[in-house]
Amino acid sequence: MSIYDVIFYLFAILTIGSGYLVVTSKNIVHSAFYLLFTLFGVAGLYVLLAADFIAIVQLMVYVGGILILLLFGVMLTNKVTDVKIRTGTIHIIPAVIGTGLLMGVIVSMMLRTNWKSEPGELPFTTTYGLGRILLTDYVLVFELLAMLLLIALIGAASIARRDNE
Amino acid sequence: MTLLEITIITMIRIAIIISVLLLTVSYLVYFERKISAWTQNRIGPNRVGWRGALQPFADVGKLLLKEDIIPSASNKSIHTLAPFITLVIAFSTYAVIPIGPNVTLFGYDIPLAVADVNIGILYVLALTSLGVYGITLAGWSSGSKYSLIGGIRSSAQMISYEVSMGFSIAGVVLVAGSLSPITIVESQYGWMWNAVLQPIGFITFAISAFAETNRLPFDLPEAEPELVGGYHTEYSSMKFASFFLAEYANMIIASALIVTLYLGGWQVPYIDKLGLGETLTVLIQIGSFFVKMGAVLFFFIWVRWSIPRFRYDQLMSLGWKVMFPLSLFNVVWVAVLIMLFNI
Repeated sequence: MSIYDVIFYLFAILTIGSGYLVVTSKNIVHSAFYLLFTLFGVAGLYVLLAADFIAIVQLMVYVGGILILLLFGVMLTNKVTDVKIRTGTIHIIPAVIGTGLLMGVIVSMMLRTNWKSEPGELPFTTTYGLGRILLTDYVLVFELLAMLLLIALIGAASIARRDNE
Repeated sequence: MTLLEITIITMIRIAIIISVLLLTVSYLVYFERKISAWTQNRIGPNRVGWRGALQPFADVGKLLLKEDIIPSASNKSIHTLAPFITLVIAFSTYAVIPIGPNVTLFGYDIPLAVADVNIGILYVLALTSLGVYGITLAGWSSGSKYSLIGGIRSSAQMISYEVSMGFSIAGVVLVAGSLSPITIVESQYGWMWNAVLQPIGFITFAISAFAETNRLPFDLPEAEPELVGGYHTEYSSMKFASFFLAEYANMIIASALIVTLYLGGWQVPYIDKLGLGETLTVLIQIGSFFVKMGAVLFFFIWVRWSIPRFRYDQLMSLGWKVMFPLSLFNVVWVAVLIMLFNI
């Protein structure tokens, strides 16, 4: 086992372990806190895959932005913090069927896909290539996403202002 | 270089940076007290050691010996964890900032930064956005309304000013064509400092840095008249000291970033024309980095003792209605400069 394997398993354990704690934890702020480690572990896996830019963006967007807003929402709605969330098991049979099917699909996809694995030099940095692709081949998708975000922003502002009329 | 050699050299660099940083932090507190005394026509600390020079050590000793109080209404595990999160994030940000050009020591070519990460600037941005966690969790877990409001104010402020900070950095990245701090410093050769090329970006970045470090005039998270101590109201002893340390470490990082991104890092204009030896040049360059950093730190302290605090709505409208459009304008300005003059 090389050093990369060890690091991979460390991050994998971190991701899955904290993911388990997110769904089993009884306090909603604790759940959000464990989610921090899950997202962090995923960022680590990206680094191992030599996707440095994606890893940092994962940290900036998910950990630094979305999760903070989530925590914010939880903290400001004070009543939610006191509610004990149900973490027991209900509807076991439908849940087992559902997750079993999903797992089956994922595993069969993993086994059947013809993964391309070519030995090759890893690029020193992925930023340059990503920027090029985003503004040439995928420019339409890129601009459409920007439009979508703008629409969401205007929508949020108009919902927040409705009370004042 | 073998793996062992790389590990040892990196360890040495980490140890040097951490100890320099810790020492600077403790003396920064001393200088803050001295400069504030000077501004207000007082004497300041002058009892411990020569002119109070040992005051920081006395302060640390006092804080270590104090009783550590955990309020019964608090969430104990998170209450304990929050100061450490803040401290770790504050110190790990420093890893990518170069203090000098590459030097050759004992036959090894050593860059004078702990890690030469090719997306270093993004790393700094990501870590500063993580810094919100320590403060938010501290505010929430204390179980006190003052702490909670302080924590929430601080995170709202940091998220708002991160936007204009990111856009100001975009201007620097455009000029350098790289996200690596070392390349950014090398691109500011001679007088081509980014503060000269893009003064608006420099101003928006500096103001955002003040807001990110929670310094006056943006210290709403710990506004004493309204919030007691803000997010660290319920902290005592070494946990309080961790917040204190992290705050000053963040100030050092902010000034190091301002120097790296806008004031040419370790570059000294026309130093290669003087015909000095290589060793002397490198030493002067490292010295110039620290001199510039000291000047920016003095500016931080100077502003704190000269300017009153903003009101909260003024802070938000300044961030979104002034800083954000200005930083966007700066990106356009830099793009036009690059198009016209091909820098």
